Amino acid sequence: MDRKRRSRRELYTKEICACSIFGAMNREGDRFTGEGVMKAIASMRVRGNGLGGGFAAYGIYPDHRDLYAFHLMFTGPTDPARRAAKQELEAFLARKFDVYFDEEIPTDDSVFVRDPPLLWRYFVLPRKEGEDAEMTEEEYIVREIMAVNSKIENAYVFSSGKNMGCFKGVAYPEEIGEYFMLDRLYRGHTWTVHGRFPTNTQAWWGGAHPFGLLDTTVVHNGEVSSYGTNRWYLEMYGYACTLQTDTEVIAYAADLLMRRQKLPIEIVAKILAPPIWAAIDRMDEKEKRLMTALRMTYGPLLMNGPFAVIIGETGRMIGLTDRIRLRPLTAATRGEIFYISSEEASIRLISPHLDRVWTPRGGEPVIAEMKGYEKGSEESYEKGSEKSYERIC
Amino acid sequence: MMTKAAVSKVRPGSAPKAGSSAGAVAVSIDASGLETRELNDRLRELLLSGAKRVEISHVCGQRYIGTRLYTPERHLMEIDIRGTAGNDLAAFLSGHKITVEGNAQDGVGNTMDSGEVVVRGRAGDVLGFSMRGGEIYVRDGCGYRAALHMKDCEGKRPVLVVGGGAQDFLGEYMAGGVVIILDRDGESHESSFMGTGMHGGVIYLRGTARVDQVGAQVEISPADEADRELIEEYVSRYLDRFPEVDMTKDEIMASPFVRLTPRSKRPYSGLYAY
Repeated sequence: MDRKRRSRRELYTKEICACSIFGAMNREGDRFTGEGVMKAIASMRVRGNGLGGGFAAYGIYPDHRDLYAFHLMFTGPTDPARRAAKQELEAFLARKFDVYFDEEIPTDDSVFVRDPPLLWRYFVLPRKEGEDAEMTEEEYIVREIMAVNSKIENAYVFSSGKNMGCFKGVAYPEEIGEYFMLDRLYRGHTWTVHGRFPTNTQAWWGGAHPFGLLDTTVVHNGEVSSYGTNRWYLEMYGYACTLQTDTEVIAYAADLLMRRQKLPIEIVAKILAPPIWAAIDRMDEKEKRLMTALRMTYGPLLMNGPFAVIIGETGRMIGLTDRIRLRPLTAATRGEIFYISSEEASIRLISPHLDRVWTPRGGEPVIAEMKGYEKGSEESYEKGSEKSYERIC
Repeated sequence: MMTKAAVSKVRPGSAPKAGSSAGAVAVSIDASGLETRELNDRLRELLLSGAKRVEISHVCGQRYIGTRLYTPERHLMEIDIRGTAGNDLAAFLSGHKITVEGNAQDGVGNTMDSGEVVVRGRAGDVLGFSMRGGEIYVRDGCGYRAALHMKDCEGKRPVLVVGGGAQDFLGEYMAGGVVIILDRDGESHESSFMGTGMHGGVIYLRGTARVDQVGAQVEISPADEADRELIEEYVSRYLDRFPEVDMTKDEIMASPFVRLTPRSKRPYSGLYAY
């Protein structure tokens, strides 16, 4: 027996796997702590490798619900460098925003995480002056975030919505949850979570998921092989891709299509994961024209390669896979709770009895909406939870 | 959190007996908090100590259950799983019988060699992936890419029976074996790309399929008498395993079936030819 070789083989007890994603929404809007989603994502530990984990939590800042909550990370190599970045950022904020309240994001320092940056949060409103007065608040904020992330060294805005926040870093997701004390300090009505297995870029705190802009966040399992094209297209619309990972483009594409262009998610899904031409050829005339127009207009936003994502928004959570479903995604409901996960077992762990479990079709979004999401309409809640694409054609 | 298995004392090395193990006393394992490796180590220990039946409760996502259970002496056992079996259930399965009281995830029967898997629920993607022998019965539906590269091997002929529907890419690159999709709820066969790259084996679909739903190299033909005999045999076995199903054999067989077979054993033989 070749002993040396054997012991070498035994080093690889880790399964070489993929990322994990998980989401839970209470469609009645009742809020719950991060404890359950931490448990669920921890059960998929083998999918990640401890090089990234993160959470998006909606409804966590009710006391500041009307203010934009900016979460900042200052990532310099030394403490003075991080403090310098903070100083520069604060000078910038003072010129562009009214800061109502700020504090260090509380962390449990007994939880070991590697190289944590300085983490701070600011509750702000935009101060639009001069020519900027014409801009919408959101346009203004997006522009200024892009300026921070691309121009202020070592400072990154990684969360910028109202009454929501992202928490992320380099560790297993459950460790990140403990580090930020998400099971003790916060209650949200919607949580999305990510366990990372970085494949193409180095792990760093800014590269962990979720990625977000305003209140839109994305957690992602897969690989966007069209990243170059997507990035080039998004840069034309003023999005600066600074975070060294492919998922960033999905977040900006979602912001461009859903917030700025106000397209319904059913259409957005067909832009990101369009049907193949052979399938379009078989559609009826009206649908064929729509799909052709989308592919012609938004070709550079096609997300090629395998992916499963959960997009979070205030009041809505959307699961989507690539059109031939090369990454897993399971959806389930139990009463008012809607779950989306990479694996069914992680849902069963925190909710053993489910009303319905299903595997969404590739390229077709599963949509969880909170009661009253669409202008307070009861009807949209009733139908909206498992809305199908057919309704818009 | 970690619960130790209640392993009954069985004399190590007691000779395996051939034939049914029905009535054998089951050893139970509580899988709560057990990691994949710990659970599979436990199963292997039990097999080697002569256990004939094992009941595993609180299974929640542990992977590869039933793998690493080959022995040269062909010890066999029955494994009952309660909970949600994790990915690659029954991977490389070698003659054992596994029953899941619940749903299974992706990759059930990955490169399975022989034995039987019964899922009293649904299965995820890549069900029966590269399976080369044995039988899998899934009560409800399954996800994408079932029977991906399923194959015949050394006289073995794998069989996959799915009670519900199958999603896209059923039988992709299929090289052998038999797949029967019963579509009890009548919702399947919206699926596309069935049999893409198929070059062996046969898929039977209850109901019909359109030409645009199958790969270019797939022939759709109505099931003939011999086909229906084979289907009926497996429908009987399916119903034996799932008495709770509210359809009779006659009701299922009252529908037409179609057969999907490859036009050629070498669909790409001309691809690089001049």
